Amino acid sequence: MKNIVGYSDKISVCPGETIHFMVSCEVSHYKATLVRIIHGDTNPDGPGFKAEPVKSEFEGSYRGRKQVIRSGSCAIVPNHQTFEKLGSFSVQAMVWPTTPGQGRQSMLSRWDSKSNAGFILGLDDKGGLLLTLGDGTGALEHVATGRAMLAREWYFVAATYDATGGDVCLYQEPLKVHAKMDTSAELQQTAKVKPRHDNGAPLIIAAHYAQTRNGRTETSGHYNGKIDRPVLANRVLSRVEMERLRASVSLSSLGSEIVALWDFSKEISSDRIIDVSPNHHHGETVNLPTRAVTGWNWNGEEMCWRHKPEHYGAIHFHDDDLYDAGWEADFALTVPEELKSGVYAAHIETDDDEDFIPFVIKPRPGKANSKLVFLVPTASYMAYANEHTGVDGPLAELVAGRVLPLQPTDVFLNEHREYGGSCYDSHSDGSGVCYSSRLRPILTMRPKYQSWLGGMGSSLWQFNADTHIIDWLEQKQVDYDCITDEDLHYQGYSALVPYRVIMTSTHPEYWSKQMWDSLDAFKRQGGRLIYMGGNGWYWRIAYHPTKPGVIEVRRAEGGIRNWAAEPGEYYHSFTGEYGGLWRRQGLAPQKMAGVGFSAQGFDISSYFRRRPDSFNPRCSFIFDGIGKDELIGDFGLIGGGAAGLEIDRADFLLGTPPNALVVASSENHTPVYMVVPEELLANAPGMCGGESDLVRADMTFYETPEGGAVFSTGSIAWSGSLSHNNYENNVSRIMSNVLKRFLDDKPF
Amino acid sequence: MYKIKPEDKAFVEEFKKCPIGHHSPGLQRILNLFRGEATAGKYVLVCTTPHKQWALGVLSGIRGEPIRMTGEVFESLIDAEWYVFQRRWAKYTGEELTK
Repeated sequence: MKNIVGYSDKISVCPGETIHFMVSCEVSHYKATLVRIIHGDTNPDGPGFKAEPVKSEFEGSYRGRKQVIRSGSCAIVPNHQTFEKLGSFSVQAMVWPTTPGQGRQSMLSRWDSKSNAGFILGLDDKGGLLLTLGDGTGALEHVATGRAMLAREWYFVAATYDATGGDVCLYQEPLKVHAKMDTSAELQQTAKVKPRHDNGAPLIIAAHYAQTRNGRTETSGHYNGKIDRPVLANRVLSRVEMERLRASVSLSSLGSEIVALWDFSKEISSDRIIDVSPNHHHGETVNLPTRAVTGWNWNGEEMCWRHKPEHYGAIHFHDDDLYDAGWEADFALTVPEELKSGVYAAHIETDDDEDFIPFVIKPRPGKANSKLVFLVPTASYMAYANEHTGVDGPLAELVAGRVLPLQPTDVFLNEHREYGGSCYDSHSDGSGVCYSSRLRPILTMRPKYQSWLGGMGSSLWQFNADTHIIDWLEQKQVDYDCITDEDLHYQGYSALVPYRVIMTSTHPEYWSKQMWDSLDAFKRQGGRLIYMGGNGWYWRIAYHPTKPGVIEVRRAEGGIRNWAAEPGEYYHSFTGEYGGLWRRQGLAPQKMAGVGFSAQGFDISSYFRRRPDSFNPRCSFIFDGIGKDELIGDFGLIGGGAAGLEIDRADFLLGTPPNALVVASSENHTPVYMVVPEELLANAPGMCGGESDLVRADMTFYETPEGGAVFSTGSIAWSGSLSHNNYENNVSRIMSNVLKRFLDDKPF
Repeated sequence: MYKIKPEDKAFVEEFKKCPIGHHSPGLQRILNLFRGEATAGKYVLVCTTPHKQWALGVLSGIRGEPIRMTGEVFESLIDAEWYVFQRRWAKYTGEELTK
């Protein structure tokens, strides 16, 4: 079992910058060294694992300590004397619980767990409204409606407490009435316990206060579901007064009895919650609950939260949300000037376990060391971070075409859900995970890690598969720099200006608008693009405007998805941009690379066959040394061939440039390969490998204005063939031919 | 859902020869049934020695619950495929396939 894991605060650093490493180790000591990752594939049929030890300031032995992850989101409002001086009070909100009946959950609380003082409005074990009162001396009282709410239905909930006589009223009113299913409740009861308000606790929405440790507020009793427009008042409100507060009232009409009214439709892109009362009891969300979700009053009249924020006044909280694991740093590296750009890792080892914490060393801005830059697709790594599809999804074995081979890492992640999901996973309440952070151990982004998605053979996917490219560049002694998606996003086109050629990874799937525009500008200025993979430029993402290391994906409209964004929730909360496939926004991948996602299957790969275009003198350099009838890549570590996993085709209607040459195509894929759903306007038989012409990869070349060019392989499996026969093979030959010409300054 | 018929027995040999990869439509239909099972009770493999050994496990279908290991261990993925195929064939037809 794993006993050591870690992560870093940054993913990309240049000489002079400092990166910190956070480690959780369950044995007494561990060793830390710096390595440069060259080939993470341990397959004995390939070149084997290669990592170059590098002397570093942090090399040495460290005392192990366990650090835990506390997942679950909430909003925290700092304590204030107004809260401390409460006597009578009312709390209310619109709520949309997603897991009523699955344990006690706190919706709005001022509670000190140590002394059991204060109040919690929440759900009881059976899913009914519950008000808990505690006097701080051990006396607790629970007042409950005893009637379970329905999941995914809006309710008005409220509680009042009259300090003079101890009268409590609870209101639980469904917005929608179902025949023979009455889940409404109204209750009046006299409480014996007087809640103690001067308890020092923060006010917390969607959880309650547990303790403060190492400066971090820890919470318990996390609630699953949406909360909209919560209100706290300092007296007992009448039902009519509550109704006025639920509706949109003018802020100037709020009386002094309103302690706070949080309007979650304000500052949706931030991690703040805004109290619109004059008291300004603003708070902060923790662990990124989902914002820009439809509120209780959303009616489909507006689909974009920016246009009608008042219909998006809800936040969806999850008990497994995670942004920042918040571990303490164990060691750091200030990158020395002499370290070459590349993919590195802090290698941490115990006697019987190890972990690698990968990061990229990039050149100082504007100080390129090479004409070639390799783009490390950290956004795509984050989208897949810690994915659980192999254990959670029934379709995985069908698309893999074999019994799923899981790794010990997958077993660990299955049992440690606090490490957070990927954007392919669902939360514990079944809603999709639309945010993914790298401020946590991402155990799928590791050398040596095999993935069930990686086909027969080496079974590599994403990070580890991309080391096939690094290894080939090293083997061929090609100079290259590395930058990451984050560099491209934040630095823009200037990150690419020093280079003649950009080479992608095996699967650069997730792109922000800034990333897309930067690469597009590079191409327009004569920059050359070598697309080494498949299914690139597919989903649009957004980076958070202020919080580092987190992306958002809205699974809108179409595309291969494990979950679908809810109606009205297609716009990113981080930026307000429309989410989903780039193709649905007029920018199919064909416009960037000449090819775009067409089919997928994860069992075995196939090969390419030359097409008539390959004999066009414009692209003769590509096939120098390749026979006329030679099959290309009928070998390899990923599924046994160069064409496989996710494959792209040229399509002139989708944006493949009219001057593009489709120089080779794959064929003979298995029936596990299926055409992507966005191609299916009407479903019909005949959409699998061996039947549909859309199940193919097209190797494509075209020149761009200003003397540039694009070469696309259109296959994730491509790079797994580079090392075959000691790197002497036609896939390696084609890449050498292409790279040599692309690095040549002579305009195309 | 497809129900296996007596004439489908002919596909057993085809599977045995090539459990992963190209299959006839008839065999693929059987595999879609087998491999499309719900997660509760579904077989998976857990790698115990990279590229060398895999242990058979069963998913519970409940999020976060440990994978139950059956005790069977395989030195090749192909052997594991054949074992799981045999178990599923017996489940859907009542017939135990001989080796």
